[in-house]
Amino acid sequence: MKSLLGPKNVLDQQLDLLLYEFDGSVEKARPDLVVFPHTTREVSEIVKCAARYEVPIVGRGAGTGLSGGALARGGGVMIVFARMNRILEVDLENRRAVVQPGVVNLDLTRAVEESGLYFAPDPSSAKSCTIGGNVAENAGGPHTLAYGVTTNHVVALELVLPDGEIVRVGSKHGDTAGYDLCGLFVGSEGTLALVTEITVKLLRKPEAVKTLLAIFETIEDASQAVVEITAKGITPAACEMMDGWTLQVVEDYIHAGFPRDSGAVLLLEVEGLREAVEAQAQAIAEVCGTCHAREVRVAKNDRERELLWKGRKNAFGALGRIAPSNYVLDGVIPRSKLPQALQRIKDIGGKYGFQIGNIFHAGDGNLHPIVLYEPRVKGQFENAIAASGEIIRSCVEMGGALTGEHGVGMEKNELMSLLFSDADFALMRRVHDAFNPDSSLNPGKIFPLSKGCGEIRVKKRETAGVAI
Amino acid sequence: MTLAAEVANRLGGAIGAHRLICAEEELASYAIDGLVPSAILRPASPEEAAEVVRFAIAEKLTVLPAGSRSKWELGMTPDRFDIAIDTTGWHAIPHFDPGDLTLSVDAGMPLRELEQFLKEKGQFLPLAVPCFESATIGGTIASGIDSALRLQYGSARDFLIGAEFIDGAGQLCRSGGRVVKNVTGYDLHKLLIGSLGTLGVITRVNFRTSPLPAVSGGHLAEFENCQAALQFRRAVDKTGLSLANLEILSPEVSELIRVILQKSGHPVPAGLETKDWRVYSSFEGNEEVVQRIGRDLQKLARDAGAPGNRVLEKTEDESIGGMLRECFEWLRWASAATVICRLALPVLKVETLAAVSQLSESARLRWALLVRAAGVVYFAVFAESEGGWELEPLKHIVIGVRSIAQAEQGCCTLLHAPAEIKSKATVSNLPGDALLHQRVKRAFDPSGLFAPGRIVGGI
Repeated sequence: MKSLLGPKNVLDQQLDLLLYEFDGSVEKARPDLVVFPHTTREVSEIVKCAARYEVPIVGRGAGTGLSGGALARGGGVMIVFARMNRILEVDLENRRAVVQPGVVNLDLTRAVEESGLYFAPDPSSAKSCTIGGNVAENAGGPHTLAYGVTTNHVVALELVLPDGEIVRVGSKHGDTAGYDLCGLFVGSEGTLALVTEITVKLLRKPEAVKTLLAIFETIEDASQAVVEITAKGITPAACEMMDGWTLQVVEDYIHAGFPRDSGAVLLLEVEGLREAVEAQAQAIAEVCGTCHAREVRVAKNDRERELLWKGRKNAFGALGRIAPSNYVLDGVIPRSKLPQALQRIKDIGGKYGFQIGNIFHAGDGNLHPIVLYEPRVKGQFENAIAASGEIIRSCVEMGGALTGEHGVGMEKNELMSLLFSDADFALMRRVHDAFNPDSSLNPGKIFPLSKGCGEIRVKKRETAGVAI
Repeated sequence: MTLAAEVANRLGGAIGAHRLICAEEELASYAIDGLVPSAILRPASPEEAAEVVRFAIAEKLTVLPAGSRSKWELGMTPDRFDIAIDTTGWHAIPHFDPGDLTLSVDAGMPLRELEQFLKEKGQFLPLAVPCFESATIGGTIASGIDSALRLQYGSARDFLIGAEFIDGAGQLCRSGGRVVKNVTGYDLHKLLIGSLGTLGVITRVNFRTSPLPAVSGGHLAEFENCQAALQFRRAVDKTGLSLANLEILSPEVSELIRVILQKSGHPVPAGLETKDWRVYSSFEGNEEVVQRIGRDLQKLARDAGAPGNRVLEKTEDESIGGMLRECFEWLRWASAATVICRLALPVLKVETLAAVSQLSESARLRWALLVRAAGVVYFAVFAESEGGWELEPLKHIVIGVRSIAQAEQGCCTLLHAPAEIKSKATVSNLPGDALLHQRVKRAFDPSGLFAPGRIVGGI
């Protein structure tokens, strides 16, 4: 590898490798080698070299993922795309950009915003996560409510298959003859191919934006407001909820002007033509009023707007100040079941004795309960995992899904059987094997290890992982 | 030709003889490009259909799932066609959560019936597709046909959130789910869109629905030539006005619309008879939004030098909007031998469109161009006789259009043509990823029983 890439682009010392055994999840697995390619050709050569030695490969962007997708579960070579970070082409007229996988999500928006365009997927980690990682995980974010997740914005991919072959799928337009292969690869969590180039759609910034903060005495009222807003057919660009307890912690840290004595708030954004925004904001305020909102504030200017969003986007960091470790969950429920789901989370927290915070994308039913725990207290990590398992199970019981945007990875692969049958797994496995027949690429992810995934010997999971 | 009596007996025995149809007349109505199946099965349930598929695997028979067959001729003529599995008997709605705007519906549900069902709850599925009166929801997904509302709502891949289907192992499988945001497992359901029955039998599809708009409006502008129409389109795009649809009509398209509306007794918008290019826009929202967009479009059209432009009356808008949704349907029957090519172009240039229409002009054949929203172009060529002497130029035109599309980094698919000119060279150009397509096909359908040869590239 050193002769292939130069010594500066290979890490093989234990101390260096340590940095790559974590991502944003509570999981942990150390690679044997970390490499930094600069070109697609190099990626292909790395893959061929690893294949010769029958060593597993895993791709990694910025390592901000929350399900262990970018961890070397089977050891082997980790390909970090940080140095493939060029924006290769921007076509303003047709609103397309071609980027390398290591381009940071927000950097793309920054590069085109002067022209009134932006890249829509906006995960909370947008300042550091890479577009390659977004593609692998099919990342979401607050504004996916109106604009869709990553897969809705990717039109073409260049890929390196596990045998080193370089292929392209999709087209600059988006439509192709035949199957929607782009749709298959986006969100396949690095288990089918490595992404080396991405063509994305860019959106035009809306003419008008309004940001509202609706303050409620109880979380039940706030969730009822979300149910009513959805049922009335109002589609805000974003509809985020934070519970009262979390708000206090966030306010202590960010000073965004959030109330300290409320049950919950909704942070809502409406975008579009001026006339539409006015009407939608008014309709939302009315619904919140009938759901007993104490107050509905409208951000008066960009500064107020940014402050509200800063509070939302840094909320996880704020929680990190009061508990040594937290475990951010990701589940989805039908939006009509929001009040019941939040009650259930509260009950499960009570049962295990955890304080569980809620900061989440209420508008699309994407829950993010945060379990705060102390890893040094014996049994707390195990209990946090057990509580989270119960929460995810209850999402499924309500007709929901295991994950809305964080991915399955090695966090939820054992829970997959809650949703899928043996026949489903058999087909998914055949699709997996059609591209990654030896499971050399990102082994031990998505599929339950019990379901014919005996290709790796997984290292025993070490406990006390810490989310960053 | 019927299935060997012995095989038919066992098949009938397995799922009930009354569900097996071998009458020649009925079989003929399932023919694709003259290829008649040996049997039609109307299984009572997906489980029964799975049994038929397992039977077909064992007997080495080929299977093609069928909806209402309104767009049956899309794709290549299959290499072999033994059994049609008719899904039209399945039209339940097992799940509808109006508060969540999610829907799960059986594949055989007619679009018109579904529209009515959702309308009562103030919702709809933004699939404004041709053959709306007869098409089923499963067939619509399998055909991958364009929706006229794509500009605002996206295409099926943007709101199909899950599916259930029978794979080539004869097993009932599912992908995705019933919630609006979900990254659990591979998005296999996306592969079913436009798969033309080659990956499995779709039994149920799940969608995110949309609220019906409060008000909608339409606008029509006339331009002297294609270039002026394209410039107007570009100017509209730059404003960021949110439109539900925007289509550029060549003079022949306007003429066809006028004649068809007139013949069918529908209101005909005034002024369609002039030989102009036209741009039709539709838009939705509240009263204020619709009025504002109408005003802005009128100003933009005047600035672009349109000799005529106006906001349409509601009935006119419904007429033109409805006709454009159905364009595939009437274009294909507009002459004795029609060819319709669908181009997806990343960049819309007047030179490209001129080069495409020039191919027809050179062959002295009538043509029509419809530049649909989102960079999709329908190019139709009309030959007035089915005689062999006109088929050769048609074939050359299709191949010419294809190479123009390729040179522009786009792709071209043949949506409709006389069976005689369908060939690997004309139907579609699987790009460099043909081998990847084959891998997907083999994963879904290891024994190759679903519609072999329907998509080029050995699929």
